[in-house]
Amino acid sequence: MIFQSILQWLHDTDIATAIREGDTLFPWIECVHVLAITFVVGSIAAVDLRLLGLASRNRRVSSLNAEIVPLTWIAFAVAVASGTLLFSAKAPQYALNTAFEFKMLLLLLAGMNMAAFQLLTYRSIGLWDAATAPPLRAKLAGGISLFIWIGVVVCGRIIGFTMTDMPG
Amino acid sequence: MLYALDGVCKALQGTWLSGLISRVGWIIPVLQIIHILAISSVISSVFLLNLRLIGIWGGDEAPDAASRRLLPFIWWPLPILLVTGALLITAEPARSLENPSFALKMALLAAAIGLTLLSQRLYARTPARPRTLQPASMAARGLGVASIAAWVGIVLAGRWIAYTQP
Repeated sequence: MIFQSILQWLHDTDIATAIREGDTLFPWIECVHVLAITFVVGSIAAVDLRLLGLASRNRRVSSLNAEIVPLTWIAFAVAVASGTLLFSAKAPQYALNTAFEFKMLLLLLAGMNMAAFQLLTYRSIGLWDAATAPPLRAKLAGGISLFIWIGVVVCGRIIGFTMTDMPG
Repeated sequence: MLYALDGVCKALQGTWLSGLISRVGWIIPVLQIIHILAISSVISSVFLLNLRLIGIWGGDEAPDAASRRLLPFIWWPLPILLVTGALLITAEPARSLENPSFALKMALLAAAIGLTLLSQRLYARTPARPRTLQPASMAARGLGVASIAAWVGIVLAGRWIAYTQP
């Protein structure tokens, strides 16, 4: 299996070994990961609640996006980088963890939802930029996104309980 | 002092509620998930607000408008964090009450609340200024940086609780 050998190679790299065998490297990287995730989830939720017409209603959707989304991407990059390092330490085990697999699936779905929103719904932003209640398609994108990202946090926390030899 | 704390932990652990939370396996993960979602609201709002108040990000919104819009997303999750946090302590009192990371987290929490109240007094009631990104004073920048540092420290100390158990 090519996939298995890639996971094993990742597991055996110097950096993965250092993270696995060190006393403080894993917790510190996990701290960075949790911090990045909290920003990603909180900031996306702010955009989603605006799309649902539930918060920041007197602020234009485009202004809110311009304020938030670039920072969300930075935090997401940090989350992916730190997450990859954590994954490398126990790559073969994580790949077999159901909660981890679900988390990756949810990230894929979040990306598809965002792409569909950007390519289709957002093209008509000029018509509803200042609307306190955006059209149904936009509300739907916001609701789905909120649901998916809560799912990402749920799966992330369950990983901590279902991987062996990890503290809660 | 330590003996008294030990007593508190034992008494808390002996309660009906503590027994229930530890016995029913899914309660602790669910409480932690709610705790993390609530802190997500706080952290994202703290960054968005303070980057705006420092004057390096956030564009066309006046400081007072940004404060009024974002402060509720910092204050309202706090009761949720307090309740879920208290229940998690009840389930495993010694895990946190006798843990240096938890003590640090509570000290940082006091600092973070103080700093946020201070910036609320300074900004939320000030009449609207020109809607441009103006350079903030050194004191305002210091307050913004300290607020971000305190809230970030809370998250880091919180995660370390799992690794510095007594």
